[in-house]
Amino acid sequence: MLSHLDNLESQSIFILREAYNRIDKIAMMWSLGKDSNVMVWLAKKAFLGHVPFPVMHIDTGKKFPEMYAFRARYAKEWGLNLILGDCPPVEQMDETLPPAARSAARKTAGLKAKIEELGFTGIIAGIRRDEEGTRAKERVFSPRGQTGEWNFRDQPPEFWDQFKTDFPPGTHVRIHPLLHWTELDIWRYVQREKIPLVELYYAKNGKRYRSLGDKDITSPIVSDAATIEEIIAELEVTKVAERSGRAMDHEAEDAFERLRADGYM
Amino acid sequence: MANPEPGPVLAAVGGRAVPAAARDLLRIVIVGHVDHGKSTLVGRIFHDTGLLPEGKLETIKAVCERRGMPFEWAFLMDALQAERDQGITIDTAQIWFKSAKRDYVIIDAPGHKEFLKNMITGAAASDAAVLVIDVHEGVKEQSRRHGYLLHLLGVRQVAVVCNKMDLVGFDEARFRAVGPEYAQYLASIGVTPTYIIPASARGGDNIAARSSAMPWYQGPTVIEALDRFQPTSAPTEQPLRFPIQDVYKFDDRRILAGRIESGVLRVGDRLMFSPSNQTARVASIEAWNAAVPMEAKAGQSVGITLDDQLFVERGEMASHEDNAPIETDVFCAQLFWLGRDPLKVGARYKCKLATAEFPVTVQSIERVISTTDLSRRDAVEVERNEVAEIVLRARKLVALDEFRSHTRTGRFVLIDKYDAAGGGIISIEGYADQRELVTVRSTNIVKVAHGITGEARAGRNGHKGGVLWFTGLSGAGKSTLAVELERRLFAKGYHVYVLDGDNVRSGLNANLGFSPEDRAENIRRVGEVAALFADAGIIVISSFISPYRSDRDRARRAAKDSFHEIYVKADLDTCERRDPKGLYRRARAGEIREFTGISSPYEAPDAHELEVDTAGADVEVCIERLMDYVRRTIPIAD
Repeated sequence: MLSHLDNLESQSIFILREAYNRIDKIAMMWSLGKDSNVMVWLAKKAFLGHVPFPVMHIDTGKKFPEMYAFRARYAKEWGLNLILGDCPPVEQMDETLPPAARSAARKTAGLKAKIEELGFTGIIAGIRRDEEGTRAKERVFSPRGQTGEWNFRDQPPEFWDQFKTDFPPGTHVRIHPLLHWTELDIWRYVQREKIPLVELYYAKNGKRYRSLGDKDITSPIVSDAATIEEIIAELEVTKVAERSGRAMDHEAEDAFERLRADGYM
Repeated sequence: MANPEPGPVLAAVGGRAVPAAARDLLRIVIVGHVDHGKSTLVGRIFHDTGLLPEGKLETIKAVCERRGMPFEWAFLMDALQAERDQGITIDTAQIWFKSAKRDYVIIDAPGHKEFLKNMITGAAASDAAVLVIDVHEGVKEQSRRHGYLLHLLGVRQVAVVCNKMDLVGFDEARFRAVGPEYAQYLASIGVTPTYIIPASARGGDNIAARSSAMPWYQGPTVIEALDRFQPTSAPTEQPLRFPIQDVYKFDDRRILAGRIESGVLRVGDRLMFSPSNQTARVASIEAWNAAVPMEAKAGQSVGITLDDQLFVERGEMASHEDNAPIETDVFCAQLFWLGRDPLKVGARYKCKLATAEFPVTVQSIERVISTTDLSRRDAVEVERNEVAEIVLRARKLVALDEFRSHTRTGRFVLIDKYDAAGGGIISIEGYADQRELVTVRSTNIVKVAHGITGEARAGRNGHKGGVLWFTGLSGAGKSTLAVELERRLFAKGYHVYVLDGDNVRSGLNANLGFSPEDRAENIRRVGEVAALFADAGIIVISSFISPYRSDRDRARRAAKDSFHEIYVKADLDTCERRDPKGLYRRARAGEIREFTGISSPYEAPDAHELEVDTAGADVEVCIERLMDYVRRTIPIAD
């Protein structure tokens, strides 16, 4: 019998290969966080050392300097075809959103602009079901309307690994190869495969980042976990949500749902 | 319970029995009728095992207070605003939890009929199911439908939770009335519930801790029942199935990529690719950033290279040469339908089976099954959320398996326009594996050209050769008409000969029985012989039931333009009344198995050249029609 991590890896490879074979023009989101690094790693496994589609970083311009350094180094080392997209200023975002959500919405707008400019029909994103309630309801192949919105009230059935790959012209699809992974799975896989990560995840002076976003709307947690082993031990017992440090999730009961319905990852 | 107190902590976090890294993961789906308490059960499991995230209880309380309603566990899973507002689960959700033994994913599936597609999405991904029944309300429509679908989806481990025992005063008699009734239903569709548990999710009775209110129950709690289930793993011990997902040529390697669905694949193995029927050896199993493997097994996504540069595409199924998949262009299925429009006879859909995609036509709807009482009825359409038995026809041979022997390659999804509209599990009972019929074993064949042309033969005989292929049920009158037609044509000067079923079976086909494969081979040989007769300038009248359309089409291809399919038509009742050989009587008595029309299918022709209805007209009228047809299509020189 395959181990749990082997099963997760195999399923993700299967999904990535389906996406590459069935969807015309795809790109992978590379947010520089731990999940998207695992995703790039899985792509190299799926395609035997190649990443046969562009990886895209939608840059809010407000990331940590460590993240930009990481991007420069590994885009080269991993042989990635990197596409950079910028984001419109916050003033242009929906005024009815709470402040942090409004700030986060910039990324969605930047992504939509890039999709339109380059004509992508599929975007691979590293979201996981265990992160947050609406993500728990996602499909692996998740169709989006013409303007990128998510119709969560009427999602297609998805069973027996037969994903939705037929679309009327104008729709595009989000592909989620990590949907079935948990935060702990990610860390155990990073440990097993020795995948490099931005050092902000590891504790310094009693603090570390559990989830990485924009500087101004992401806060670190109190932690002494400075190694992967210590992080895994910490996560084994924690009862605090992973995205608790991400302000836009918590401003209003449905703030994050609204962001996602509009096309946020 | 307006203000739940933290319950007993079952999984003592940090002091668990099994080390985390070695623990396996079990996927559990919670199904059942709407409002029978599925989401509440999930909330309670979390609460009672002490695994609620910090602040979650407070968040749920706040959400409930804002809505002016009592505490509602369902809000743990119902993450969408619309779900909280309407108090129902719309889409499936997943949440992780751990018991002392292992990790779980709990999949909460909606119980509302409207969202059946979402229930299926959740249930299809699970190793085991918990079926929740409100003991106060009893077994309802979706309780039965969900049970039936679990069976179709291949979920074999089921625990039935008789919930809301608090509403019936924890009455044992009430539990004894509801539980067994439902267990009996499940047993009748081939699902054996492992446990039937009386419980109250709201109060936490028999969820994580044994209930003091039900001392009469000695069986496991819900958590104990979950711990006793086994994870399903990809079947390594079964024959190899490796559907090709893609072919990569990023560098000088030509890599066939795919996931092994069953069995084991080793470097050096000779692989058979179906349905193209090519073979080659595995030269290597490729890997990135890992040691080069010599073998790979079920569940792994791999890439391989071959020793021979075959033209193999996505959709081919690799296996070993022995134990290859079935090749057929027709198959039966038990199907659940989710389409917006009903499934109709004659309609065409896209079929996705493993990595293959091909068009299929609905040849027939055998019956629609009521999941409520399991009654069966004839129908020409299958409505949304119904279950049916159907026969599908592809235009070419496809590689597939029967679901009962190969779960993963024995099921398919139908696409209507852009949407997955149904799923089915395959049986080919009554139909033949056609692989043998199309396999040419001889090598070094060089065809010899004839020195005499067809025109020359027709010139001497006064007419061209031809195959008059009679098909119809036993007792329809094929032999009677064949013999009489032969006599009349002979008298007119035609060179004519009858090939009859029983006669051929005592000689040419003496080594064949009546299994679907032997029947297909019987017809294949007759078709080839008839084609040779026709080529020799003779008119051959073949008189065989030839029930399968695939076989008749193959005979047509052998004889090409000289083939005339003639449907000798009589309904089953008429044939059975005639019963000239006493065969129907014996078939009804169970003495003859696989008898066409009774226990084996007859596929009526749909593109035949002529039809004679022997139930509606006497022999003379039928013969006149036949004579007229021959005079027109194969005229004889005076």
